[in-house]
Amino acid sequence: MKVLRGWPLLFAMPPLFLLSGCDALKLGVVNHAGPIAASQWHLYVIVGIVLVFVAGPVLLLTPLIAWHYRLSNKYSAFRPKWNFSWTLEGFIWIPPTGIVIGLGFLLWHYTHALDPYRPIASNLPALEVQAVALDWKWLFIYPDQRIATVNQLFIPVDRPIHISLTSGTVMQALLIPQLAGQIYAMAGMTTQLNLAASRSGVYRGENTQFNGDGFQNEKFNVTALPSVDFDHWVARVRTSSHPLDASAYAGLFKQSSPPQPIVFSSVPQHLFQNILAQSKEPRS
Amino acid sequence: MNQGIWPAVLGRFEWHELPFVRAWENPTASELIGAGAALIVIIGAIAAIALITRFGKWRYLWTEWLTSVDHKKIGIMYIVLAFVMLSRALIEAVLMRMQQAAAISTPGFLAPDHFAQLFSTHGTIMVFFMGMPFLVGLINYVLPLQIGSRDVAFPLLNSISLWLTGGAAGLMMVSLVIGEFSTGGWSGYPPFTELAFNPGVGPDYWIWAVTLSSIGSTLTGINFAVTIYKMRCPGMRLMRMTLFVWTTLCTSILMIFAMPPLTVATAMLALDRYLGFHFFTNDLGGDMMNYANLFWLFGHPEVYILILPAFGVYSEVVATYSTKELYGYTSLVLATAAIALLSFTVWVHHFFTMGQNADINAVFGIATMAIGVPTGVKIYDWIWTMFRGQVRFTVPMLYSLAFMMTFVLGGFTGILLAFPPLDYLVHNTLFLVAHFHNMLIPGLLYGMLAGYHYWFPKAFGFRLNEKWGRISFGCWVVGFYLAFMPLYVLGAAGVPRRTQGMFDPIFRPWLYVAGVGALILFAALGSLFVQLWISIRERDDNWVFAGDPWDGRTLEWSTSAPPPEYNFAVIPHVHQRDPFYGAKRGNSYAPPTSYSDIKLPKNSVTGPVIGVFGAATAFGLVWHMWWLAIIGVMAIIATVIARSFARDVHKIIPAAEVERTERRWLRAVAEATPIMREVEMTSANQGLAEVSR
Repeated sequence: MKVLRGWPLLFAMPPLFLLSGCDALKLGVVNHAGPIAASQWHLYVIVGIVLVFVAGPVLLLTPLIAWHYRLSNKYSAFRPKWNFSWTLEGFIWIPPTGIVIGLGFLLWHYTHALDPYRPIASNLPALEVQAVALDWKWLFIYPDQRIATVNQLFIPVDRPIHISLTSGTVMQALLIPQLAGQIYAMAGMTTQLNLAASRSGVYRGENTQFNGDGFQNEKFNVTALPSVDFDHWVARVRTSSHPLDASAYAGLFKQSSPPQPIVFSSVPQHLFQNILAQSKEPRS
Repeated sequence: MNQGIWPAVLGRFEWHELPFVRAWENPTASELIGAGAALIVIIGAIAAIALITRFGKWRYLWTEWLTSVDHKKIGIMYIVLAFVMLSRALIEAVLMRMQQAAAISTPGFLAPDHFAQLFSTHGTIMVFFMGMPFLVGLINYVLPLQIGSRDVAFPLLNSISLWLTGGAAGLMMVSLVIGEFSTGGWSGYPPFTELAFNPGVGPDYWIWAVTLSSIGSTLTGINFAVTIYKMRCPGMRLMRMTLFVWTTLCTSILMIFAMPPLTVATAMLALDRYLGFHFFTNDLGGDMMNYANLFWLFGHPEVYILILPAFGVYSEVVATYSTKELYGYTSLVLATAAIALLSFTVWVHHFFTMGQNADINAVFGIATMAIGVPTGVKIYDWIWTMFRGQVRFTVPMLYSLAFMMTFVLGGFTGILLAFPPLDYLVHNTLFLVAHFHNMLIPGLLYGMLAGYHYWFPKAFGFRLNEKWGRISFGCWVVGFYLAFMPLYVLGAAGVPRRTQGMFDPIFRPWLYVAGVGALILFAALGSLFVQLWISIRERDDNWVFAGDPWDGRTLEWSTSAPPPEYNFAVIPHVHQRDPFYGAKRGNSYAPPTSYSDIKLPKNSVTGPVIGVFGAATAFGLVWHMWWLAIIGVMAIIATVIARSFARDVHKIIPAAEVERTERRWLRAVAEATPIMREVEMTSANQGLAEVSR
């Protein structure tokens, strides 16, 4: 009996494990917190259900047929010269083609509806944010508020956010899985990402494109606040008297992983455009 | 080292480029592991040299193998190379899994730079120095036999391809001992791999290793395609070729068209790094998006270059072990051709997130899904091949079944990734890593291993141990699921790929499971080596010299095992698909009416010389030892010119010798007991099948 004592625990392991596993998914799109991510999750579910019906027959038929027609089964038919059937041929070409055509329509629709460049329909004007990928941190500029942050993004709830991205270094990719998909940030070029948060909370953002020794630490928190609190936050940052001056600017372009997020109470005008233009110039 | 004559001789080499010196100066776990790996390479090389010298096998090795242009020997050398490189890349994978499992909110034991080298070498090796050599090796061995030919169209070129690949693989190994490897991943994306961000030798090692091997692969593609077009035996019409030959033809065409974009991309990156060009730099008009397009114009067809030959193996294996004709031959041929064609129309799905508009993304997304149709057709064709057959669960068949079920799951997640809006969320994450391993482990590795078990008795004359084959198979399957299913979850939770550290303890259980999976995969490789060892020791119980251990259906089984150097004493005439299946029901083992002299190409040192000097040139370029690079290039040119003057390049095997060899085989066939399929996995199997008429 002593040997058996561990077994109940062993059987309890998988459910426990799955339970703790679900916690991990809370960091992803499953636990979406904005309209874009919500639609994306919706699409995952639709496509996933369709695909169960595509993959299911193979998963069932392969073992069933292999086992039924095993050599030692004397009761199964054996037709070594049988090699074709128009019916089966139709069955394996036509339905999959039909499903792909159907999924094609779905894909076309959602690719346009969830195009990261597409502005999110709303009564409120979008909040403009400019994101600059640096080694190994993100600089977020709020051009209308004339403030900036490093490794920290505050956004108001229920208002569309329009992010313009570029890179001050190698290519990177900005991903906030609970809010929207990712897009690359490349030097000398601007890409765009539209997203919105539908509830307050703190969400994880990151760079997903490997860019060197500090890559694994290039994470930041996205804090979604009610509109009023967001305005308070902007006002507080403005009064923090820590401007993004020449020395701070030079520091940003050095390779580093800042231990704490940084806020800048003011930024030079056309900072984003300057970074864009600068990366086209020869490197010293 | 940087004074006087030294920079001219040693280029930019300095003492601390040696991992031993680095480990001495800074003895962290990460550096010690690096030094340990270098030590293993050195000890391995010394041990190999010592053993060969001890047994006095240098002359044998040189004349029988290294200079051989026999497609069978070249094939075996390719596969040996694949196993050596597989061992290294799998150990790297285990290290990475251990690091991620250990580095949850702590630094772990591997420094970020070391970790980055590991994922770069792992990917580069698995694609260029494990996958490619393995499939090229199998094709080399099997293709001429299946089309009733005595060799490939260009035997010398074949040897040169082998040696270019081998030289490049050697360069990969040297990078462990001298200097460091790239940290830019197997895809080597600029601008990260440009001089401005990575001035060291790492990206240069990557560039030249990949360039050498891509040239070798282009030549291989040309060689195989011409072989299939021109070297088929009489009666072997296109629509009578085996599916393995068909997939080889499609793979070869893909190689011819897909390898050059890679060579061009790496050459342009080299121009940027060596001569100050600005193709892909951030400044002065460079644009890395051009690199992404060029690389994936190669990269996507490459996936099918890797997978199609495995599809061919499965077609052979499923038909043979279902004791039945392949279902839907025409359908399978069409599906293969469709996949090959479509593979050139989907490359943008590797960068849906680069900011192109929704129309473009949608078109490439739909094209990607469209590939699913012919692929699904193939899977069903194999299922219907088993239908109304008599299925024998041998090791290759087990791999085929595991492939069919596992590959479908990879296809499932592949369709998810084909939707651009869904790709935006899991691109660059572990979900993507899980997906492509889910395609390539069943779609490449299982296929290669199935082929290895299937054709091993043909190549060496004895069967592999069945029990250890099953143990290894079980480990490959269980290990795969444990190692990669958790990565889907982690990727869906937003964990990026290529991350040296983990940011949240919540991931711990999944990382532990994946770590255990990686160890089981390592055990799977270990079991393969155990199997080989035991099989060699027990070979006297398992000879199948008569040549047909599995009741085969195609021409390669109509020869002795191993086949004679000339393959066929008389070139066969083919009247149907599955020619040997038909021939066995006639008088396939009747001696020919007369024997004649056979002309075969002579051994040549051209291949080894070009390979060694190619690697030397690359090494010189990596280290800026310009003298070495110049000598290397000159030596290659001189070799090619010298070879073009060689007239005495053929040897004749006299008819008497052919007759002696054939008679010995036919006598063995006459003495062998034909066996039923029920006992094919036992010592009763002497390589002669009992034929039901």
